[in-house]
This record gives sequence, structure tokens and C-alpha cells, in this order.
Amino acid sequence: MELDPEDIFRDDEDDPENGFYQERESSKELVVYLVDASPKMFSTICPGEDQKDETHFHVAVSCIAQSLKTQIINRSYDEVAICFFNTREKKNLQDLNGVFVFNVAEREYLDRPTAKLIKEFDCVEESFTKDIGSQYGIFSGSRDNSLYSALWVAQALLRKGSAKTADKRILLFTNEDDPFGSIKGVTKLDMTRTTLQRAKDAQDLGITIELLPLSRPDGEFNISLFYAELLGLEGDNLTQFVPLAGERFEDMKDQLRKRMFKKRKVRRITFSITNGLSIELNTYALIRPTTPGTITWLDSVTNLPLKTERSFICADTGALVQEPAKHFQSYKNENINFSVEELSEVKRVSTGHLCLLGFKPLSCLKDYHNLRPSTFVFPSDEEVTGSTCIFIALHRSMLRLKRFAVAFYGSSTHPQLVALVAQEEIVNASGQVEPPGMHMIYLPYSDDIRHIEELHADINAVTPRATDDQIKKATALMRRIDLKDFSVCQFANPALQRHYAVLQALALDEDEMPEIKDETVPDEEGMARPGVVNALEEFKLSVYGENYDEGDDFQANGKVSEASRKRKAIAENAVKESVNYDWPDLADNGKLKDLTVVELKYYLTAHNLPVAGKKEALINRILTHMGK
Amino acid sequence: FKYKAPFLLGSKASSTIHPLSLSPSLSQMARNKEALLLLLDVGPSMHDILPEIEKVCSMLVQKKLIYHKNDEVGIVLFGTEDTNNELTMEVGGYEHVVVLRHIKVVDGDLGEALQELPRGTVGGDFLDAIVVGMDMFIKKFGPTNKGKKRLCLITNALCPIKDPYEGTKEDQVNTIAAPMTEHGIKMDCIVVRGKHSRNANKRIMEENDLLLSIFSKKSCSKTVYVESPTSLLGALRTRNISPVTVYRGDLELSPKMKIKVWVYKKTSEEKFPTLKKYSDKAPSTDKFATHEIKVDYEYRSVEGPGKVVPPEQRIKGYRYGPQVVPISSAEWEAVMFKPEKSVKLLGFTDASNIMRHYYMKDVYIFIAEPGNTKAILAASAIARAMKEMKKAAILRCIWRKGQGNVVIGVLTPNVSDKDNVPDSFYFNVLPFAEDVREFQFPSFSNLPSSWQPNEQQQEAADNLIKMFNLAPTGQEEALQPDFTPNPVLERFYRHLELKSKHPDAAVPPLDETLKKITEPDPELLSQSKPVIDEFRRRFELKENPKLKKSTRQLLKEKPSGSSEEGEGLGNACNAEAVNFIENASTVKVEKIGDLTPIQDFEAMMSRRDSPDWVSKAIKDMKNKIFDLVQNSCEGDTYHKALECLVALRKGCILEQEPKQFNDFLCQLCKFCQEKSLSSFCDFLASKDIKLITKTEAMDSEITDDEARSFMVKTERKLEQGC
Repeated sequence: MELDPEDIFRDDEDDPENGFYQERESSKELVVYLVDASPKMFSTICPGEDQKDETHFHVAVSCIAQSLKTQIINRSYDEVAICFFNTREKKNLQDLNGVFVFNVAEREYLDRPTAKLIKEFDCVEESFTKDIGSQYGIFSGSRDNSLYSALWVAQALLRKGSAKTADKRILLFTNEDDPFGSIKGVTKLDMTRTTLQRAKDAQDLGITIELLPLSRPDGEFNISLFYAELLGLEGDNLTQFVPLAGERFEDMKDQLRKRMFKKRKVRRITFSITNGLSIELNTYALIRPTTPGTITWLDSVTNLPLKTERSFICADTGALVQEPAKHFQSYKNENINFSVEELSEVKRVSTGHLCLLGFKPLSCLKDYHNLRPSTFVFPSDEEVTGSTCIFIALHRSMLRLKRFAVAFYGSSTHPQLVALVAQEEIVNASGQVEPPGMHMIYLPYSDDIRHIEELHADINAVTPRATDDQIKKATALMRRIDLKDFSVCQFANPALQRHYAVLQALALDEDEMPEIKDETVPDEEGMARPGVVNALEEFKLSVYGENYDEGDDFQANGKVSEASRKRKAIAENAVKESVNYDWPDLADNGKLKDLTVVELKYYLTAHNLPVAGKKEALINRILTHMGK
Repeated sequence: FKYKAPFLLGSKASSTIHPLSLSPSLSQMARNKEALLLLLDVGPSMHDILPEIEKVCSMLVQKKLIYHKNDEVGIVLFGTEDTNNELTMEVGGYEHVVVLRHIKVVDGDLGEALQELPRGTVGGDFLDAIVVGMDMFIKKFGPTNKGKKRLCLITNALCPIKDPYEGTKEDQVNTIAAPMTEHGIKMDCIVVRGKHSRNANKRIMEENDLLLSIFSKKSCSKTVYVESPTSLLGALRTRNISPVTVYRGDLELSPKMKIKVWVYKKTSEEKFPTLKKYSDKAPSTDKFATHEIKVDYEYRSVEGPGKVVPPEQRIKGYRYGPQVVPISSAEWEAVMFKPEKSVKLLGFTDASNIMRHYYMKDVYIFIAEPGNTKAILAASAIARAMKEMKKAAILRCIWRKGQGNVVIGVLTPNVSDKDNVPDSFYFNVLPFAEDVREFQFPSFSNLPSSWQPNEQQQEAADNLIKMFNLAPTGQEEALQPDFTPNPVLERFYRHLELKSKHPDAAVPPLDETLKKITEPDPELLSQSKPVIDEFRRRFELKENPKLKKSTRQLLKEKPSGSSEEGEGLGNACNAEAVNFIENASTVKVEKIGDLTPIQDFEAMMSRRDSPDWVSKAIKDMKNKIFDLVQNSCEGDTYHKALECLVALRKGCILEQEPKQFNDFLCQLCKFCQEKSLSSFCDFLASKDIKLITKTEAMDSEITDDEARSFMVKTERKLEQGC
């Protein structure tokens, strides 16, 4: 069977058009993960899953491991380096003490993540003490400054690529808010100054340094002791910077994960509120289906990639033609030609802006008013100052008055009516859960909505409705099977997980295929709890009555049962007839071809095989089935 | 007895009157073919809206010409001056009803006829028209083609229905509805009630509405009310798509409790038609030329581009980081994820837990298996309980056998308010963990205070939202998705029609009715003008002065009114602008130029108005040196770079920044080695440039020996490299 990943992951009517889902990756990202490996990272613990305590070092390392896996799936062109500092051993180009760059074979220090890197990094903790070792690298005696060296190494690694085409970032994981705290006097000042200067140099070269601070249980990470200056945080920015406050391992992991991804806007749009009053918005694709990526065709002999060449051939003359500039639609027995320009002119029904049309109560937005994943919008004052102020005012009023805005989004390829729904910021222990802003929901047109309910409306009859008692039983059932802390997107996509696990195993030439846990299967244990079972039984009794039999289902439905009964009868007949033939004998003597198609179909139907195709195909199918 | 149509006298009569019920035309009717009769009210009160009716009906015919070429369409007008229908001749009555076109296969002429409907002179009686229409259907098809005959009535239902000779009007409707159901005739009624209908006779209106509602209950008929021309365009289903189920089977609450359901798509985007590529290669004399273009794909190996690899020799490769992993279809088949076809409940949760913006795709609808009373009851109980408790259900769905993925989604109740429509559910697909990007955004409360709206501004926003209301109570909700046509498609089909007459026709401008979808309604704008003006006065928008000219396209859009001096309102940008000017007016050196880099550097190093100048000067100088070295052509800039380096060294010693210089020098040498610019290193060595030592600056970590050996070391490294 020919399988295409895009087919596998696509429902029948899925949108083949791609433009919308594909994010434009204008630039790649170069990231150096700089992980503090000082003894303090190992001695500080936070409560993790199963009452097991986890070290800060483990938090950092497992976040990076997770991020690498995401990167290899989503953004495999990004380049990463993993660098520990405050280590016993050293490994870096500059040969500096206390800095260890983690790497695997066939890979530069800063390079695209590979299957091997992911696999070996997964068990870095096991061999860490032996191979790398933890040792605080800042002493007053030695003048060694591991933080300084680490920044230097990271900066040197990031020298690759120009600042224009690549985002360069250093992600610094540490729980030490005062790295020079143990040192006194001039040396301290000196070390502080040189380190700050080093960071500043890096920033001047277009490298962003981001701090992922881990708070110790005995005190919050104090950013103002040292790092505020290193990061260049002042005033508003400083107050905005919230240290990771999580007590629990999971919270910390969540917060780190959120900060590790760089925000990418899709585009900047103009939101016209009334004639002449337009504000500036940035749009972000926060939710988009992840697919297993495109396939590359290879030559099965050499395993080298193939180049696909497309050629256009005139169906009438067989002549090779250039990419045609004209298209046609047949209409009234004629071919009506359209040029590409005309078609795009037809689609240009408004300026490329988002144009406000009015407001409606939230109850007007129905559950079926949806077509595609939503897009998030957030204001920007970059070009037009005052945009954010207007946006915040509208946002607040919309939330207070429970209204959403209706607007027309005039993109050139897909102009559409949209609903703008204001979303309040939601914050919990693991950080920001929902950012403040508006979600742009793409609305269907009347042509896109189908009236299925009417299709099955009963004429002249009143449809059965549940009685109050039945509803009460259903209510009781709902109370029993309640997913209290369900959160959207808590499940990993099992198909995608399997896909990449298989790829990883094959990439590493492993023999065994990994087992992937499917998190989406129902909780059978929970469903088997006596309370749940009772509630289900009671509900079943109240709606289905006693002595209910699954077979009864079709009783009321003449149409369906008629078709299925017929099919059943045919099958039964086929089984009966099929017995009258000595199939192996007929096959062995090549006599199958002497039978009629009807006779051949007895065998096929009796063995649940497809009955389509020409006689030859039927014979082949029978032979294949018999294993001949 | 007013309604004397033969078919109303009982089924026996109708069968005798129509011996031709097996006429050839119906035996040709294919499975999804539809026969449609348009019943159009052209009475005087309809004249305003007739142009829109002409448009929407032409659109319908056009789409049929493309997608359902074999469908049959007829037109009946009522409220006309004349009378022309068979019933009138056969039994009398039925005045002012004209059969404009008998039921026949769609063609271009039909579209033409619809574009110039005659204007009538008398108030239309829609009941008469319905009877005439039914008579036409029954005469043509008899009892066959059940469910494929559709009446489409467009009227404002403002004119009184004539009183019957006996019985009430309600009785009449009941009498008419029965054979309608019996013959499987469907009816769509679109009642257009614009502003003018507000001073119409209330009593007549209510009576007519009541009559129409009886049809809805007693027959397969649906009535919608529209107020604006825009929603009229959206109200008529112009393209008939027979829905197919996505899934039929059990909705499993638990292994022991199942409900039989059918799942359909509730929304599915109607795409812009895919046009065929046109080839002009065929000679113009060839009448049978298809003008189509076939697309052919060839696969060539990257190594030898001349060699074409046959399709069976290809194998699929999947990207995993930098690797491409080849996997054959058979291998895939063996390892791929293969869940079993099923729809299972994971549990219920508060509806508020699932935010609207997580809906991923077009929407499905779950209905209990039609005709299965127990399933309908069970679905009804669950739907009503969910609505009452504000719960949603989370499901795991695998629609068909062999589907390689799982769908997780949310089921929400769709409780019906019509007696004959069963309760159902909507189902929306939810994202998986991999599909969500958790970007962090600043809290609004943490943004600078100049960005926070003040009380008056907030009030202005409140008022704007209240006034700019698309769903005022007691009026039609404007731009309801269910009644809003797709302006792009409308425009395309109109252009197509124009082109069929004049191949060079230009793209027509978007017409006024459709503009109400893409632009704010001018009427609403003028109504809320005071509020809008107030809103504009309260807020001020300004071009960011720090931006380059090229990005200032927004300026054009600025109204003349708002650029007046807004005192003190969010004037952060003004203050910035002033600062900017101050800075620019000083003659102090701010950056290192191309002409006199060393002087600039020294000037900056000696500036004492901010401690930042020193580091900026050093930084700029470093960049300058890098540039010079990098851009050199056979060493022509080396000398200048050296001078700069000497100046930098001196500056760093003076300012006690030895590390700055030393690190830079190392970096520079390494850079040169990497970029095969080692000639510069040699040059430096020959000019005796050294690291800054401890003796020169206290903070340096370099001893004199180390400094001396520095250049030697780099040279040695180089040799090893070769």
C-alpha cells in the first residue's frame, strides 16, 4: 500500500492548500545552551513527580532534552550547542578552564541537532560526574572566572553566520544569583566588570543573552544582585522580569519551556478601526497542526535525494509548454479564459488590512463558526505610537461588555470574515497560561455551512426528547466522569510520536522499534470504578430500558437494515455456494479461469476479500489469498 | 373552494390526471439531480429588493451550470399583472401567477431571464404560487423523485392571502402541506423584511408568518427571515452538496454503554474553483481541442542530472534533523501507528475549560442514528444535561479503518428548539501538545503607563463598542455567518458570466451589497458618528519618529483632525523627539566615522558626560578594525587597521581596560585564521603588536613573556593547520 505521511495525517477533506499552515522561516536560529554545572545546581532540589526530588541540574537538562526533540521536528535547520560551565574537565576551542562543550561524533560544536546528539544527551546525567564533573569555577585565589569564560566560549561559538540571517541566542541556566558573592574587594569589582563587559560585547555583536533563573527554596533568585546589569534590564523591563517561582519540578519545567522558544510573528497588519484611525498589530500563529514534514524522494539504489522536475504538456498536441499564464473554466459549453492577474484581482475585495465592521455579543459566536486554527494578535507601537493604548482600551471594554468584534481580513489569497475575541491574561504557578490579546477566529460564509440537522428532521412527527429523569441520570453520570484538570493540548500526538520514534531508531540503526505510549486512550481503570459503572448502568437503564440488546438498534431503521440484510444474505449465500467447489484443486490445475465471475466472487465474498476488478484480477486475488 | 388543484382532491385523482407520470424526462433523473422551482414575488412592495433577487437567482443558475449541469429549474412569478398558468386554464382562479419558464434543464437563457424580471402590479398571494408550483411538479414527475424536488419561495409575505370559500386559511395550508410531504417536495421560504416592512400591516404579517410556520411543521419546509439585501444573498443555498457521513457507528461512553451516531461535516469551506491550465498550442481550426495541459513529473538524481529515475526505483525519505531516513512503504506499514476505528469518550469537563480559540478545523456534527429512537433519546439526554451543567465532552475519534492518526476533540451540545429536529452535538478538533506554541507576552498592566488608557479613553471605548453594534435587540443580526455570502466567489461568478458574453470584460467592481461585508456599513457609521468622533478625539496616534521614511505608509491614512496637538495624551514620543534633537545639536562625537576613525575614537574616549562613551568607543573601534581587515583587498587597508589597533591599545591602557584589548586581539587573530586572512596576523607580528601586559595595566592577566610569545604561538598554530 502506498502511504504518504501527508495522507496519513490528513482527513478526507483536509485543505491541500499549504500557504496558510506553513510558517515562513525567514531566518534560522543559533542557540547556545549554557548550563551552570556548579555543585549548587546539584544540591538544590525541588519536589518532582512521584514524590521524588529532582535537582536543578536535572530540571535544566531535561528541559533542553525536550527542546532538542521539538527542534529536530519543527525547526531542524536551527543550530545548537550545549555548553556546561563550572565543570572539572574542560573542553572548548579556547581551552578555557571550567567550560565543557558537550558534543557527539560527526557534528560540529554548533550544528544542527542530530539523532545521536539527542540520544546521548538523554543520558548525560549518568556519566556527568565521571566525564565532566562539577566544580565551582570562581575563586578569589585563582583569578579564574568560569562565567566569563563560558560567555566567551558561547560568543565564539556564535560567530558563525551573519547577524542578519540568523537569530543568535545564549540561554543561560543557573540558580546562582550572585556568582561573585564569595569574593571580596577589588578582585570582585574586577571580575564583575570584565564579565559584564564580556556580556555586553556579545550583545553588541547581535547576540541575545537570555537568563533562565532557577529559584532556590530558601530564597527567590535576586536578579538585581548581578544579572540585571548583565542583561541590560532597566526600569520597566526589570519589573517585567519575573524569576521562575515554581516550587514544583513540573512548574519549573513548564516555565523554562515557555521561555526557551523565541516569539515569531507571522506578519504585521494594520487594523482599521474607523475611517482614518488605524492601529498596528502583530499576528502570531500560536496554534497550528504539526505534521511529520515533507518527504524527500530518494533513489532506492544509492539513497541519494532526487530532484523533481515538473513539465507541462499540451494535451492536444503533446508539445512541451511553459508554465501557462492562463487558466480556464468551462461554462455554458465554452472555455472562459482568465489570466493570473484577473484572478488575483477578483480575490482582491478589500485592502490588505483588517477592517473593523462592528461588535456583537459573545453568544452570537456559535460553536460551528469555525474553519481553521485561530491567529493571535497583539498590539505594537513600533510604527504607530498609541496603538497599544487603543488596543488595551478596546480589549478591556470587550471583556467587560462580553462582546467580540467582527472584522474583515483582506489578505490577498484568502480574504475572510473574522471574529476577534478578547482573551484575558491567565497566569498560574507555571507562568502565563493564556497571554492577553485577541484571537482572530476565521468565520465561515453561508456557502460553507451545511444544514445537516434539517436533513434528518422528522416530518409530521415529534422527535423523541429526553425526559427530566433521563437528563437527571445523565447529569449524575457527568458528575462521575469529570476530568477536573483537563487542559487543552495535554496529549502528545501518538501518531507523530510514533513517527519520530521510528525515524530516530532508524537513523541510529537500532533494531528494536520503540514502544510509544498512547496517552489518548480512555482511562479504563477510572471507568471501571464502581461509582462510574453504577451511574452508567442507571443512565443506560433510563434511556434504553430493560432487556436492551445491541441488535435492537436496527429495529426501527428500515432503510439501513434493508441494505445490510441484503449484504448479509449475499455473504451467507456465497459461503454456502463456495463450499461446492474444490478451490485448491481448481487453482492447482489452472482451472480457475474456466469459472464465471459470479462463481469466483463466491470465494472472494466468503473470504471477505474485495470483489472489484476484472476476472484476471479476481483470479490473482484468489491465488494470493491461497498463498500460491 | 379556492384551491381546486386536482392533486388536492386526493391521491387517486392525481394519479389519474397524470398518466404521463413516467415521462422520459424523469427516468433520466440521476441520483443527485435536483428539480427546482423558483417562486418569486414581484409585487409592488418587492420592487426595491428585486435587483438582489435577480442577482442571487442568477448566481444559483450559474453554479448549476458549472456543478450540476443536469439539474432542472423552472420559474413562477406572482404578483404580476398577467396570469399565465395551467391551473387557471384547467380549473380557474390562480390569477396574477405567471409561469415564466417550465421545469427544464438549466441553460444560459434561464440566467438571462432572471436578470430582467418583470415588475408586477398587484400584491402577491404566495399560497397561490405554491399550489401552481406543486401542480407543475406533480404533473411532471408524479410520485417519483422524492426529496429531489424543491420549491424556493422568495417573498416579503406582506400581502394578504385570499380567503378560501370554505374553511380557514390554516385549514388550506394543512390541506396543501399533506400532498407536499407525500410527494417529497421540499420548500425553502425566504421572507425578506426590510425597513419598509416596519409600517406594514401587522395583522397580515403575523397571519402570513403563522401560515408559513404551519408549512415548517407539517412539511419538509424551512422558513428564514432576512432584513438586509446582503443576508438575502446569503440566505439562498446556491449550491447543493449532498452530505456524506464521516463516521457511522458507536459513540462509546464506556465499553458497556454505547450510542449509535452518524457524524457529518457541519462546516466545510467552499473553495475558489480550481481552473484548468490553458494551452493555446492547438490549431484554431481544431474544434475538438481540449486546450488542457497535463503536468508530468520526472525524478532525476542529484548526481547525474541527465539520468531519470523510474518511479518504482524511488523510495521515500523522511527528514530527521540533518539526516534523511529512507523508509519503504512496506516498512512503514509494519511500524506505523494503527489505531482501531472507534469514537470513545474520555470524560466530561467544564465548558469554560476549553477556550474558543483552540478549535482547530472545520466543524463536525454528531447526530443520533436517524430512526433509532433509543439513540435519539440517549443523545438528547446527554446534550440537555451538558447544556444544563455547562459541560463539554472530550472524545477520541478514529473515523475510519486504516486512519493513521487520532483526533482529540470537544463535543458541545446543540439543543434543538424545533419539535421535529432531534438534539445533536457539534464536534471541534483540539490541538495536541505539539501543535501549541507557548509564546510569552507582557501583561498589559506591566506596560508603560503612557500606554494605559485613562478613564475617559476607556469610556470612549465602551461607548464605541455599545454603539457599533451589529446585533441590536429587535433587529436582524448583521453579518451572521449563516447568511453572509462569500464576496470573492460572488465576484468570480459574476465575472465569469460577463466574460461568457464579452471575453475581454474587466473584473467588475465589488457591488454595494457585498461591500457591506468588507467595509463597515455606512449607515451604521453615520448613526454612531458622535461616538466615533469622541473616540478619535480621546486617542491619539502618531507616527513613530524614529522610523525610516520607507516604512511610513500609514501616514497617508491619518485624518487631518487627529494630527492636531493632543495635549499631554500619550506624548512619550514627543519627549523622545526632543531628546533626539538635543543630541543631534551637540557637536560631540558619537560614533567612529570612516574619515578620521582615530580622532573620533580619541574624542569619544575623552567624553565625560557619560561613562558609557568609553565602552562604546572601544566597541565601535573594534568593529571598525574588523571591517577594515575583512574588507581589505590584498592588504590595502592593513595599515589603517594597524593604526586603529595601536590607538585602541593606547586607549585601553589609559582607561585601564587591558582585557578589552587582549581579548579582542585574540579574537581578531583567530578570526583571521579562520577566514584565511592570516596575512594580517603576519603583518601584526612584523609590526610588533603585543597584548597589554601586567606592567602596562594592573588588571591584565598577561605576563611579559606571554605577551611576547603570543604572536609566535599563533604562527605556530597556523603552520600546524597547514
